[in-house]
Amino acid sequence: MVTFIARRLIVSVLLLLGAAFIMYQLTALAGDPLEEFYQSRLPNRDQLIAARTEALQLNVPAPLRFFLWLGGAAKCLIPFANTCDLGLTAQGQKVIDLLPMAMGSTLQLVTAATVLAIVVGITFGIVSALRQYTTFDFVMTFVSFLLYSLPSFWVGILLKEFVAIRFNDFLGDPELGPVWITVIAVVIGLLWVGLVGGEWRRRVSVFIVSTLATAAVLVYFSLTDWFLHPSIGPVFLLIMSAGIGLVLSTLMAGLRNRRALLTAGIQVVITMICYFALQSLLDISSIYTLLILGLITVVVGLATGYFVGGPDRGLNMRVGAFTAVLSASLILVDRLMQSWPQYLGESAINGRPIATVGSQTPNLGGDIWIHGIDSFTHLLLPTLTLMLIGFAGYTRYSRAGMLDVLNQDYIRTARAKGMPERVVIVRHAFRNSLIPIATIVASDFGALLGGAIITEQVFAFSGMGALFQRGISLPDPNPVMGYFVVIAVMVIVFNFIADMTYSALDPRVRTRG
Amino acid sequence: MTIINEGEPRPVDEEGVVTSITLGKSQGRLILERFLHNWVAMTSLGIFLAVIILSVTSIGAFGIPGWWKYRYTDLATPLNGGAPTLSLIPTWLGGDGIHLGEHPFGQTLIGIDYFSMTMRGVQNSLIVMFIIGALVAVIGTVVGAVAGYYRGWVESVLMRFTDLVIVIPVIVLGAVVGKIASEHFKGLGVLGLSLVLGLFLWTGLARLVRGEFLTLREREYVDAARVSGARDARIMFRHILPNAVGVVIVATTLIMAAAILLETGLSYLGFGIRSPDVSLGLIISQNQTAFGTRPYLFLWPGVFIVIIALTVNFIGDGLRDAFDPRQRKFVASRMKERDEK
Repeated sequence: MVTFIARRLIVSVLLLLGAAFIMYQLTALAGDPLEEFYQSRLPNRDQLIAARTEALQLNVPAPLRFFLWLGGAAKCLIPFANTCDLGLTAQGQKVIDLLPMAMGSTLQLVTAATVLAIVVGITFGIVSALRQYTTFDFVMTFVSFLLYSLPSFWVGILLKEFVAIRFNDFLGDPELGPVWITVIAVVIGLLWVGLVGGEWRRRVSVFIVSTLATAAVLVYFSLTDWFLHPSIGPVFLLIMSAGIGLVLSTLMAGLRNRRALLTAGIQVVITMICYFALQSLLDISSIYTLLILGLITVVVGLATGYFVGGPDRGLNMRVGAFTAVLSASLILVDRLMQSWPQYLGESAINGRPIATVGSQTPNLGGDIWIHGIDSFTHLLLPTLTLMLIGFAGYTRYSRAGMLDVLNQDYIRTARAKGMPERVVIVRHAFRNSLIPIATIVASDFGALLGGAIITEQVFAFSGMGALFQRGISLPDPNPVMGYFVVIAVMVIVFNFIADMTYSALDPRVRTRG
Repeated sequence: MTIINEGEPRPVDEEGVVTSITLGKSQGRLILERFLHNWVAMTSLGIFLAVIILSVTSIGAFGIPGWWKYRYTDLATPLNGGAPTLSLIPTWLGGDGIHLGEHPFGQTLIGIDYFSMTMRGVQNSLIVMFIIGALVAVIGTVVGAVAGYYRGWVESVLMRFTDLVIVIPVIVLGAVVGKIASEHFKGLGVLGLSLVLGLFLWTGLARLVRGEFLTLREREYVDAARVSGARDARIMFRHILPNAVGVVIVATTLIMAAAILLETGLSYLGFGIRSPDVSLGLIISQNQTAFGTRPYLFLWPGVFIVIIALTVNFIGDGLRDAFDPRQRKFVASRMKERDEK
């Protein structure tokens, strides 16, 4: 195993060097950074040319210049020495100073989109596989193909128009008409019917219940101006966290396992106590307080599971931790919602919260909650754009993977020896269907990072893609190389993780030493 | 004994003995029938062909004029503010009746007929798609076949090259190469762009073909061919390749669907096809700020991109089902439930 990892690492480093060399030569060919001066009539033209030639070392031929650049880049490997040198931009800024900001926004964007796409995509893919050849399956297949064929720049602009501008207009007078309430409720009702399935009697009751419930919630939202003063509130918090606990313990342990259910129940009680106890602490929280609270949440969840005991402690602990984290995040969402009216009232926002350009509102004051909402409203549309396309892929993969697994002999064996269907699906089928998806997720990350260039351009989002785009248009070689190094390292790391996960998850894959 | 095709009634003599040999269907015939019976793929194929015919006949191609009266280079004064005249609502529903009008998709600010512009963009996208498809199929198959058949250093070189292309995302490569072209050759034309993209996109297919060849080269018929004195090239392309052709066709189709999104994306960013020629991505980027006032300038190019990519994806999926019915598996327990009902 160690030799395998070592060999992979050496190959990866060589690959990175090779790709960096090619990229450097291509960027050097892409244009002359001095071009803007040739036409200029500035009196100090010659000094400017000399200064930029000096700063970018343009008098050294490109193949050799690469090694100068590489020498500076190699210093990044020395930990804590702060000697990292990725060259200067044409304007004389250090590239290394530009990168962290850009990386931060792009990673936020891509991570949020990937996580959402994975969760939603795999859920729909699996359900689609379990309900193969039903209307739901056909609709999902069509939708995923459609999303797969959408150009991201087109979707982005459509979202800007129909989600951002229309929603902001809607907030001026947040009242849903009866037509909209009916349409939304019926669509959500049909979605639930498709997800739950079953015989027609069950379908009808599922449809009626979910449609009426949705309609009731929408009417409530509309009457109370919920969109202007949103909150979850203790009652809904109780209902939602109890629902989370119930669903998680059903899926992970089955309702017969009373100890798992008890663990989840205790989490719900703790959540409710925390909701009332922590409000004043949350008001003055910083990002570190929240991190610590998050850590405590996980620990409490695990500990409850441990002390509830029973024959399968590990299972209780998992149920406890998942319930705790999800319910606790509801408290955070509620706290963010409490700051929503204040955010809407900010002069920089002026009642139009969903942003269509940029990655943050300039000159925005306020605490972390205001800034949290601000990142959310800016990330919403780009994330949605990236997510829709990723979602399509993951739905297809997980559907195919699940069908593949469901036809295996060991599934038949599990059914034959009388395992409950839940155990067959969750434990035998679902887990194994995740193996190929894990590899795809990791290796798709590179494509997603590349795709972010277009999304960032549509939303004028100042991340890595914008850095690359600006660099290559000018042209300005060093920022392009800075972008490339980050992307390439990430792609290689993620592919490496993919290989490792594959051999860790699937014992049939032997690592050749 | 007479020879009949499968499915025909079998002639029987007076004593009830069958007097014919039934000819089985060939593999190709089976695949074709499976594809023809897939209505989603067939509908997609129909729509796809209709788009090709529409784009080629309306504005013409290769210097031959089409039936549409305007060209994408003609300047004019916008009529009626350039509003689209296409009407699809019949009169009995309170609309203007179904007609095309003078400028069905409207006109741009400088009066170019938007229908002919869109058609030109569709043509360019289709050209890019087919050239990339052809390049990818040929290079990917040959490289994959050679690597999988000979193994050794050829395979190592191929795999390392594949890894390189994975490390540099294709869109980044495309953007840099597009910039180089605009610097040295006054921009990539349609042909240049498709050549460049095709030269980078074949690696995925080469990997798949290599995988197929690695297993197929161990089969007995390969040994048999070698024993009877066939040369390597003959074994590779006459014996093994026909058994791997499904992978090639399916992967190529799916790459073609991805290629049109890549081309329009690059043109949108300004690194692909450039004005005065037309690309669907380019006209979207030119008109994106006009969305509030002239949404039709933005709508139609996108609709055509989606139609082309979607139909090609469905055709690819249909081909996959036809070549490899094992992938279209069903859950045994579910089929049993259905039988019992």
